[in-house]
Amino acid sequence: MIANEKTDQRYQVLDRPPRRISELFLRWESILVLLLIAVVVFNTFISPYFLDLYNLADATYNFSEKALIALPMALLILVREIDLSVGAIIAVAALAIGLMGDLGYGPAVLFVTGMLVGLACGMVNGFLVTSTGVPSIVITIGTMSLFRGIAQVTVGDQALTTYPQGYLDLGQTYAIAMPPIPLSFLLFIVIAIAFGFFLHGTSTGRRLFAIGSNPVAAEFSGIRVNRLRFALFTLSGLFAGLGASLLVARIGVMRPNIGLGWELDIITMVILGGVSIAGGIGSIPGVVLSVFVLGLATFGLSLLNVPGIVINVLIGGLLIVTIAAPIIVRRVINRPA
Amino acid sequence: MSILLRYREFVLALIIVLMVFGIGLYAPAFVTQDSLIGVLNDTSFLFMMALAQMLVILTRGIDLSVAANLALTGMIVGMLNEVFPDLSPALYILAALMCGAILGFANGILISWLKIPAIVVTLGTLAIYRGSIVLIAGGKQVNASEMSSTFAGFPKIEFFGLNSVFWIAVLIACMIGLILTKSRLGRGLYAVGGNPVAARYCGIDQARAELFVYTVAGAVAGLSGYLWVARYGVAYSEIALGYELTVIAACVIGGVSIGGGVGTVTGTLLGALFIGIIVNSLPVMQVSPFWQMAISGAVILAAVVINARAETRPDKLILPEARRAAARGRI
Repeated sequence: MIANEKTDQRYQVLDRPPRRISELFLRWESILVLLLIAVVVFNTFISPYFLDLYNLADATYNFSEKALIALPMALLILVREIDLSVGAIIAVAALAIGLMGDLGYGPAVLFVTGMLVGLACGMVNGFLVTSTGVPSIVITIGTMSLFRGIAQVTVGDQALTTYPQGYLDLGQTYAIAMPPIPLSFLLFIVIAIAFGFFLHGTSTGRRLFAIGSNPVAAEFSGIRVNRLRFALFTLSGLFAGLGASLLVARIGVMRPNIGLGWELDIITMVILGGVSIAGGIGSIPGVVLSVFVLGLATFGLSLLNVPGIVINVLIGGLLIVTIAAPIIVRRVINRPA
Repeated sequence: MSILLRYREFVLALIIVLMVFGIGLYAPAFVTQDSLIGVLNDTSFLFMMALAQMLVILTRGIDLSVAANLALTGMIVGMLNEVFPDLSPALYILAALMCGAILGFANGILISWLKIPAIVVTLGTLAIYRGSIVLIAGGKQVNASEMSSTFAGFPKIEFFGLNSVFWIAVLIACMIGLILTKSRLGRGLYAVGGNPVAARYCGIDQARAELFVYTVAGAVAGLSGYLWVARYGVAYSEIALGYELTVIAACVIGGVSIGGGVGTVTGTLLGALFIGIIVNSLPVMQVSPFWQMAISGAVILAAVVINARAETRPDKLILPEARRAAARGRI
């Protein structure tokens, strides 16, 4: 029985030390849960309109599309890549939806068009990154200009506004009547669960962590790193296309500046969710929690008539403070006496 | 000739000359002296911002907050002008440099001392600086009619037909060139970006290098803020929106490696000039300005894809044993 022979092992793998309660509290997700509770309690006290089922349902409109794109972005950042072109992919996908709308196609065709165009854009990103080896931040800055440029050249200062009512209903009515849940939020919840299972429950998910921790070692242990990278960029494009399908249905108009600057909001969601920009660390529950923290904080502040740009200040501050605070705390604890 | 072609800067300069020549064939109005001087004047902001960004990228960092810093400092200096309309331009410049440097220093502290990734810090401060404009100005804007003549006149002063913004960019280029080639601090930036671990063993202070580059990037952004507001005659929350990506694009076209440790002043200036020529030639060629973004995107991609092949060179093996082992195929 070879498996039982332990005497001549060269290396000894230590057992994981038992978990302690204090570690549970220092986990990133725990910090986010506390933050979420604080946001809900604060908003409930400050505004009587916050804990209203229909208000909350409408609040989800403002973050669900971004949150959907944050899921593949989390996987990309986990493997040390980034996709800055998602906002521009939304513009191209929305352009295609708008043009097909002008031609008089039905709701299903419009919805699928957005997703397919997004998929194609994602494949372009994936191909450029994997074939050249250039850092994805550079490639996607380039494709960001290119994709949004295509939308600008085609539409100029016009807008595309012809859509069938059946398509607009997808974005403007509730998918489930009671409790009221919009389609975009329903999709986010279902897909987030699928992503959570994929990342934390499958061997491919484990491979993503391996790539993020050490891409070279991952390659040498037989993981097809570039194939997975390509797949993730394609996935990110597909979800940006899905976001475009939902967004155009909701607002009923396509302009070239649609989704402008969304990439930064989405990356903020992912980073606040505890995904390390250096790769190899992160979880889907963390990202989902951070989506709710950001979404509900924004909603609560806008109930108080705080202007959007001031909300951005608070969210920027929140991002830096939540990341800096644990580092400072650890420095103080570990300071040599 | 073939030796010259190995220099990225030379190839880029050649492409720029060919491009100007081609545009000149199509639209002769573009290659007149006035028009070319106009290109240099218009590109001056990009020259200095790209040079400062190059310093940051050399250390493997990135500063996404420069455009927001520009807008915030521009607003602060604009409001300073409303309170003290008769200061000399030197004092406005000093105020802009100080203000920008403080904002950049804040980035530097978070990045070098707390070791938070630069992209995270500057993403956060980007939102904070942009939003602070609305907070301090209460949503209003500063218009040209509210600016004093000394304040608004400075960027329009011309020497040899080129405005003072251009000459400031030249001054900054000389200073950064000197620092990078002649000073220990400047050589250290290449070392920190090229191989941080080796740099540390050589006794180079990475934290100090990072603090330096983010402060300089901030100071240059702040200075650009004053000049921008005075030149275009308006300060509000959305000036130079998204400009940080144009600045980074100029660096990338100019051959600055986002992986750190590679980049020159000449290359960066040429990269900025490249973008400046595209932006300025489109109206002359009667191409819709909506093409600008698509073209610069395509150019960035072409530039990085062509550069990608040049950058994949193997590490040098120094020890003779290692070289022998490599020859036997063991490494």
